[in-house]
Amino acid sequence: MSRILNIVERHTHHSSRRQHSMTMAIMRKGKQFRWQRKHLIGLRDLSAEEIHYILDTAQGFEQISTRSVKKAPPLRGKVVVNLFFEDSTRTRTSFALAASRLSADVVEFTMKNSSVSKGETLLDTARNLESMGVDIVVIRHNAAGAPKLLSRNINACVVNAGDGYCEHPTQALLDVYTIRQMKGSLEGLKIAIVGDISHSRVARSDMWAMTKLGAEVTLVGPPTLMPADVGRLPVNTSYSLDEVIEKVDVINMLRIQFERLGGNPFPSIREYSRYFGLTVERMQRAKPDIVVMHPGPINRGVEMESEVADGTNSVILRQVTNGLAVRMAVLFLVNQAAAETPA
Amino acid sequence: MKVILDAEQIDKTLRRLAEEIAAQTSRADDPVIIGIRSRGEILAERLAEHLSRRLNHPVPCGTLDITLYRDDLNAPQSADQPLVRTTEIGFALDDKTVILVDDVLYTGRSVRAALSALIDLGRPKAIRLAVLVEREGREFPIQADYTGYKAEVRPGQFVQVNLIESDGRDEVVVE
Repeated sequence: MSRILNIVERHTHHSSRRQHSMTMAIMRKGKQFRWQRKHLIGLRDLSAEEIHYILDTAQGFEQISTRSVKKAPPLRGKVVVNLFFEDSTRTRTSFALAASRLSADVVEFTMKNSSVSKGETLLDTARNLESMGVDIVVIRHNAAGAPKLLSRNINACVVNAGDGYCEHPTQALLDVYTIRQMKGSLEGLKIAIVGDISHSRVARSDMWAMTKLGAEVTLVGPPTLMPADVGRLPVNTSYSLDEVIEKVDVINMLRIQFERLGGNPFPSIREYSRYFGLTVERMQRAKPDIVVMHPGPINRGVEMESEVADGTNSVILRQVTNGLAVRMAVLFLVNQAAAETPA
Repeated sequence: MKVILDAEQIDKTLRRLAEEIAAQTSRADDPVIIGIRSRGEILAERLAEHLSRRLNHPVPCGTLDITLYRDDLNAPQSADQPLVRTTEIGFALDDKTVILVDDVLYTGRSVRAALSALIDLGRPKAIRLAVLVEREGREFPIQADYTGYKAEVRPGQFVQVNLIESDGRDEVVVE
């Protein structure tokens, strides 16, 4: 009999503790928080409370992907368009899957087979899509500010899936979601973002999200790959990975974006990886519980050695899984805000 | 504000509900208890404890969040914004007898949402509904199998279940 009660009791405690921490997160300021944004353009504009709210909401979406029917109905009858003016595999797939798991209809729109190649402007394209009854536009564009421009000119919700070198908010959200999962909180953590910072919208969004949630961020890379405005950002900088590797709790290795590199920012790939690659040797000097991240796709042997990418500290595949839950949460929330504001 | 059940009456009612459920459920039915967030979750845990004692074997207990299945998600909200929380059911529902627990049965819309959510999680042998309080005002053809207390409440009045875990004390009031 006492064994039976123990089982019941253990479950009770476990469950109320989780519930409690969650309620605490949401009730942070005494009254219930209300999400009011029908667009997600960047994390620079968001408060720490808003970021936490997205992450808390994402927790509720995690289980949809593991149960027998991997679908829930909240976006039934809604249309989500993936409007991608730049190549993307995982972000596009992740958004499409997130939208379909919420029962939305998904329309794929790519630059190559659309009338954009016939000279249609961004706004014309979007207004045409809107006339077909699109509710949420997920946009990736090579021009910084394109999602913002779009959000000011159409009624549909706009979600930024990457604009120029500006922001990639859902990637950063899944990064901080993963860190929160691994470490409990970002408060006081030391995080290094390593590599081609200047061409990385991921680095920018990460930096906003991580610092807002209380982490100390150091950007690491060769001077030629540091952004021009780095002095005005709320971060430290270092030109030496060896200097920071021993101190950090989390390390995010960015992809060298060969397709974007102009000039010769570093002498050779070999030299780059000698100074800025995450090698097995460097890992031996890192904290034993360091969390190793990469936004993908990895250039194996360039940013990191395969042993590290596939090692026990790596959360790279967990990031991809979490990306789904985070994108479901974002789509759900912008739609919720749109439902509450009269058009 | 009128108290219709105090702490002692709530406890008695839950024990009686467990007795009724136990009388109609055998171990072969594989009963599991699932509470609807958030008050139903707490009641489910208490009920699971009573039922485990009566049946002399542990009855698994889980929590269901029905937010994604609500039928008013796309309607302009006046009161609180719907908050998505986690569903925590650490066992399979296939071929189980699910005792679904909620605090108040009123319009039936929450239960409708819960039924849709449950069948997306598996295929139970049966689903039975147990509520602490029921009142008039059904908008869907849904009735409880186990009712703790039938409240006589006028339209426009509100039945509030307060529980120690969430509200600091056990009582059911009509406002």
